[in-house]
Amino acid sequence: MMRVPSFAYHAPRSLDEAAQLLREHGPAARVIAGGTDLVPNMKRRQQTPAVLISLRRVDELRRVERDADGTLSIGAGLTLTRVAALAELAAGQRALMLAASKVATPHIRNVGTLGGNLCLDTRCNYYNQNHEWRQAIGFCMKAPRGEAVEKVAEPSPVCWVATSSPRCWAVSSSDCAPALLALGAEVTLASADSKRRIPLAELYADDGMAYLTKRRDEIVAAIHLPPYPAGQRSTYHKVRRRGAFDFPVLGVGASLTLDDAGRVVKAALALGAVASRPLRVDTSELVGHELDDARIEAFARAAARPAKPLDNTDFHMSWRKKMCQITIATALRELGA
Amino acid sequence: MSDLRIIGKPRRRVDGRAKVTGQTRFADDLFLPRMLHCRLLRSPHPHAAIRAVQTARAEAAPGVKLVLTGAHFPIAYGILPVSQDEHPLQPDKVRHVGDPVAAVIADSEEQAAAALALIDVDYEPLTTISSPEEALAIDTPRIHDYAQCGNQHKRVALAFGDVDAALQDAAHVFEDVFFFQGNTHLPIEQHAALAAVDENGKLVLWSATQTPHYVHRAAARALDMPAHEIRVIACPNGGGFGGKTDPFNHEIVVAKAALLLGRPVKICLNREEVFYCHRGRHPVLMRFRTGVDADGYIVGMDLETLLDGGAYGSYGVASTFYTGALQTVTYDIPRYRFRGCRTFTNKPACGPKRGHGTPQPRFGQEVQLDKIAQALGKDPADLRLQQIVKAESLTANFLTIGTIGLRQCIEKVVAGSGWRERYGKLPEGRGLGLACSSYLTGAGLPIYWNKMPHSGVQLRLDRLGAVTAFCGATEVGQGSDDVLAACVAEVLGIAPADIHLVTGATDITPVDLGSYSSRVTLMMGNAAIEAAERARELLAKAVAAKLEIPATRISFADRRVFDVEDPESGVDFAEACVLAEVAFGTLGTVGSYTPPRSPARFKGGGVGPSPTYSYTAAVVEVEVDPETGWITVPKVWIGHDVGRALNPTLVRGQVEGSVYMGLGEALMEEQRFRRLPEKLSSAAVHKQPSMLEYKSPTTLEMPDVVTYLVEDPDPRGPFGAKEAGQGPLLPIMPAVANAVFDAVGVRIDETPITPEKIVAALAAKHKGEAPRVGPARFPEIDWPEPVNVAPPWEGGDGKEVPR
Repeated sequence: MMRVPSFAYHAPRSLDEAAQLLREHGPAARVIAGGTDLVPNMKRRQQTPAVLISLRRVDELRRVERDADGTLSIGAGLTLTRVAALAELAAGQRALMLAASKVATPHIRNVGTLGGNLCLDTRCNYYNQNHEWRQAIGFCMKAPRGEAVEKVAEPSPVCWVATSSPRCWAVSSSDCAPALLALGAEVTLASADSKRRIPLAELYADDGMAYLTKRRDEIVAAIHLPPYPAGQRSTYHKVRRRGAFDFPVLGVGASLTLDDAGRVVKAALALGAVASRPLRVDTSELVGHELDDARIEAFARAAARPAKPLDNTDFHMSWRKKMCQITIATALRELGA
Repeated sequence: MSDLRIIGKPRRRVDGRAKVTGQTRFADDLFLPRMLHCRLLRSPHPHAAIRAVQTARAEAAPGVKLVLTGAHFPIAYGILPVSQDEHPLQPDKVRHVGDPVAAVIADSEEQAAAALALIDVDYEPLTTISSPEEALAIDTPRIHDYAQCGNQHKRVALAFGDVDAALQDAAHVFEDVFFFQGNTHLPIEQHAALAAVDENGKLVLWSATQTPHYVHRAAARALDMPAHEIRVIACPNGGGFGGKTDPFNHEIVVAKAALLLGRPVKICLNREEVFYCHRGRHPVLMRFRTGVDADGYIVGMDLETLLDGGAYGSYGVASTFYTGALQTVTYDIPRYRFRGCRTFTNKPACGPKRGHGTPQPRFGQEVQLDKIAQALGKDPADLRLQQIVKAESLTANFLTIGTIGLRQCIEKVVAGSGWRERYGKLPEGRGLGLACSSYLTGAGLPIYWNKMPHSGVQLRLDRLGAVTAFCGATEVGQGSDDVLAACVAEVLGIAPADIHLVTGATDITPVDLGSYSSRVTLMMGNAAIEAAERARELLAKAVAAKLEIPATRISFADRRVFDVEDPESGVDFAEACVLAEVAFGTLGTVGSYTPPRSPARFKGGGVGPSPTYSYTAAVVEVEVDPETGWITVPKVWIGHDVGRALNPTLVRGQVEGSVYMGLGEALMEEQRFRRLPEKLSSAAVHKQPSMLEYKSPTTLEMPDVVTYLVEDPDPRGPFGAKEAGQGPLLPIMPAVANAVFDAVGVRIDETPITPEKIVAALAAKHKGEAPRVGPARFPEIDWPEPVNVAPPWEGGDGKEVPR
């Protein structure tokens, strides 16, 4: 069977201690927060960190708190199973519950965490293969020799998805990210000497390799959901081959608030699995209008335009593109109903 | 047989407790003292000559005990005598990505894996042949020099009557080209093997194999050792489905290593390596030309098939014949011609997967029948019912039909599904599809030519009343242990759980050819009954003597042996054993089974004959979203003619499992390969060799299944039983395709039937084009002149008619 390479293991009991360890061990270290993504990648030698810093004993990462201004802060270490059952989300932030409930399988959700899902490595059919397979295609730029991406500074082979492209097209495959973008989430990044809070959208870069903007010594500590207008509804739709296991080939997170006359007061929408980062969609065309079929269709057509599925996931890319428009419209109809 | 006490009653299987409590010991559960671990270095090239292999660095690596290369294995082996084309490690050439080149044996699996990177192999890449079309077009380089022609492994042609004349005279001739995609077995258990030299110097090989006897033969050959110095023990398989019926390179490698090192050596493949073992469903392109009269009766069929065989022979010659063997077994086909061609390509070898070579043409045949029904305005169920073959008859290609319960199967699923009220009448997007099939109950001929029995059972009865049954049959999850125990228990009047079972060990158990071709229940069952009846006779004589009554009055039931006319008068089973041992000495009996000789006497007639055939009919309901093409299957009704269900619980399990596997093949499974841009790379890799990305249904996709067991006992089977493990798979894929047509009016003439294809076909339909997705054409193949055989009704005697 495939074996995990050897590594040193630390299980600090506080966030500070974890951040200190991360700084101390530098690029050789990785944070593990569930490991349902990292461990298979280690088995396949896409990442071979010499040091793992586990967050499983850090209790403060599992807190759920309501701030004075009504913001809901969720610890990044909360398991997806618990996120999916978080009663505080049930009213206007159900999108996150739905997204968490649709990740992989019950077993994986019992172990995998919200923070881990947000930092999920980008995925690609040329990359999510074991070392021998990747050797057979001459590797790719995301993992030129199967070593940790950040260690490699040698000339990169091509991106097999688009061989003339200078960049990597691996796909952001987080379910929770598009749901959280639709809810206007922010994240706290903690390092040994500082904490900063940024909009979630700013955590991501449109690059299959350097897909996170956070510094190497920063840990995603908490997710913050701002207060929302009364009557907000939200949802998450996921397209995948099977009802379990599968990563999304499309995720649509959406939130919507209507006034008494049925006009859109506020709307937010984000797409997952159609680019190297979750894509926010401009919803200004909707605000102030009623959500009739014609408007929904026109909006969905335009909203799907930036989605660029490529031939590196399940399903044919043209079908996935078609599904963007259909699923966006379905989500809006659900929320507007 | 009316007073059967065990047979026919739903029962917990004898090995159920061990399975559900995790105590069954699979090959990878075995650990021996001083055991070493093996990993294989596999080719990164699809097709390359090996110039040199340098192993010195690996040999010096930490923990490494031995490095093996192709030089250690000069002798080729293979499952079929005509295809001895495999080496445990490739000596001079690799033929697909994943072909093994070297092996490292080390103290730990990690050390062995690490040392693989230290082996230097100098490859000279050769032209990649990645499809049957390329194989037809490219004669050199040849993947195997022994191929019949260029890269065409085998071309076969058989004709039964003048098909051209039949099609000429037919009222309608339907010509269709279909493609059945390749797919793999996907057993949960990966292949594993452990070899050791025992205290007497003999080699013992434990393996996850369905065919210990064939592995025994191949090991003796490849290791150049007398067979009596080798013991092969088949561990219970965690699923096989045909994927563990070949002798495998890793088995021979660990055996050799154990012999050289004198220490146990184990290997457990990872999932990617299982995809490289493959031997799964051949991708088959096929052209059917079927002539019918004005009422839809088939008057002649002309079938051509083109198989993508992958890199080795495996069972491929048999698979090729199987793509044309069973067309005649369901519906009357007075004249029939079949031509098939298997090509070599630089991909893992295809072979036998559940249904072996027959699901692909069955898909084409049953979808074409649906088209014929539609064209002639006939109900698809009626079109089939009107031309079912006759029981106890001979087909055009000289297959002997036994009992046939297909009519009842069709009637059951038609009634259960509300077919008459609902077919063709459901709202847009919902549909019903019907298809039928038949399958072998055991291949009539063995893999290697011989006239010996196909299965043997030995019984030992001791003075404490214990019964042990020995048989070479292999429990692969299908329930063969339970069948063995049930047959013996029924005859001896004891309980199945009373019997000790020793199976699948070549040093202890009589030969059974293995768990393939749905042969075990019928062949082992008949052998078991014969052995048990011989034991029963001994016990009856001994007890009759004590009771001073004729032996004919002795009956066996409830662990007692007694006088039927005075049931209180008798002895318990253990005492009967004592009486018999006193009278006859140590108690042991044997039974064996040899299939009847087939009337098919022509070259190529060895594939297809079976003691009897099972029959299945299925109706599948689908829901198709016309916008997205998304397809769901809410319900399946399936009727299976099993002759007699020895243990209905197990038979239902086999039927439901077949439905599950069939839906996977119908809807999503694909053994696909990725060819990188040729300017940049010669790579041809399996597209998704993982259980995550090779899509197979989960429990969430499994629909309600209504199973009808049709029991029309066939005297050729044990207590009348036929097979249940493979046949029920076959109708599922065409029934799904036919249901999609009923739902949205498009034909998907290839598998899998995916949302993308439905959307494409619907788009074509809206544009007024042919509402179809499927292969456009069948390539020109330089067919040999067919072997001509006159059908029985044209005076044929089963032999070739000279031109």
